[in-house]
Amino acid sequence: MPKVKIPRKSTTIDMTAMVDVSFLLLTFFMLTTQFKSDDSLIVDTPSSISEIKLPDTDILNITVDAAGKVFFSIDNKNFTRERLLAKISEKHPELQFTAEEEKAFVLSGSIGVPLKELKGYLGLEPEDRKMYDQSGIPVDSAKNELGDWIMQGRISNPGVRITINGDQRAPWSVIKKVMDTLQDKNVNKFNLITDLEADPNKLKGI
Amino acid sequence: MAELAQQDSGHKKGKKKGRKKMSTKIDLTPMVDLGFLLVTFFMLTTTFSKPQTMEINLPVKDEIIEPGEEQNSTKASKSLTIIMGEDNKLFWYMGVTTDPLEGPIGTDYTSEGIRKVLLEKNATIDGLVVLIKPVDKAVYKNVVDILDEMNISNIKRYALVEITPEDMDLIKNL
Repeated sequence: MPKVKIPRKSTTIDMTAMVDVSFLLLTFFMLTTQFKSDDSLIVDTPSSISEIKLPDTDILNITVDAAGKVFFSIDNKNFTRERLLAKISEKHPELQFTAEEEKAFVLSGSIGVPLKELKGYLGLEPEDRKMYDQSGIPVDSAKNELGDWIMQGRISNPGVRITINGDQRAPWSVIKKVMDTLQDKNVNKFNLITDLEADPNKLKGI
Repeated sequence: MAELAQQDSGHKKGKKKGRKKMSTKIDLTPMVDLGFLLVTFFMLTTTFSKPQTMEINLPVKDEIIEPGEEQNSTKASKSLTIIMGEDNKLFWYMGVTTDPLEGPIGTDYTSEGIRKVLLEKNATIDGLVVLIKPVDKAVYKNVVDILDEMNISNIKRYALVEITPEDMDLIKNL
């Protein structure tokens, strides 16, 4: 009886389809997402039915984290951050920044230190800066530095839009102070950053 | 490995003189590796779409009226006050603080809770004014939720008002 020959089948499979899939996914992710900012801040925003999208530039963002600490950030379109820092040292002559500190300020994300700690904070190495325990910008009526930041930020970029990025658990008392500060500076129109949630009125229509 | 095998098979056929017939197939495994590496990279370092925002307009500060006066200027029968307490508690009443027409009634943030009340009141009362009063210990989420309910219920006239000690007394026993 002759031996039954089992034909040897190649173990290689055609990878073309897999390449197609992986590059399709790659293209999808490249087009629909944007890079995370380098902030160590984690903010879990509340959700709303509002569908207004936020532009990428001309944003002055005030972040309030879950503990109620206030952070400030502004995008660097047309060197806004350089001008802002110059304005700050103009107003506070005791704060003079070196070129390195200015560079650090331009590259850093949110600032959450009182003005008197700012120079020390910017002088740190980038790795140390991430580990630094920022105490938040003071918003108390006695010493309201947030108002200064907002004023100088608006002077540096007059077309700026102000947003509040609050954590769900942020205490209302802090948000109220931030809103009061904004009103003091005649900013009566601003945006609250929220997650999207389904509109029950639209759901009914389906 | 796969590449070598393929080259071998190409060699066997090309025994005759002349050029060796090379296989046109190339091994795509490294390309898949690269593709998925990049996919993973983009998945981890990017965020999806831009954040949504809710626009809010506050009155000019000089023009803020005292809550008492405001309630006088709007008809008591048309004003609905929502108080956000601590620990996600929620209360509402109609009319003035000192002499509520209806309530105060405790409710919650679900669609069966405050939304039902708002929709009902908005349908029955023409020119309803909602006063939103968060206590200091309320969390930001509560305020955004209520502002969102205003949009959902299509209530046009509402105001964020500072809480008064009378309001605190009113909800203390609830």
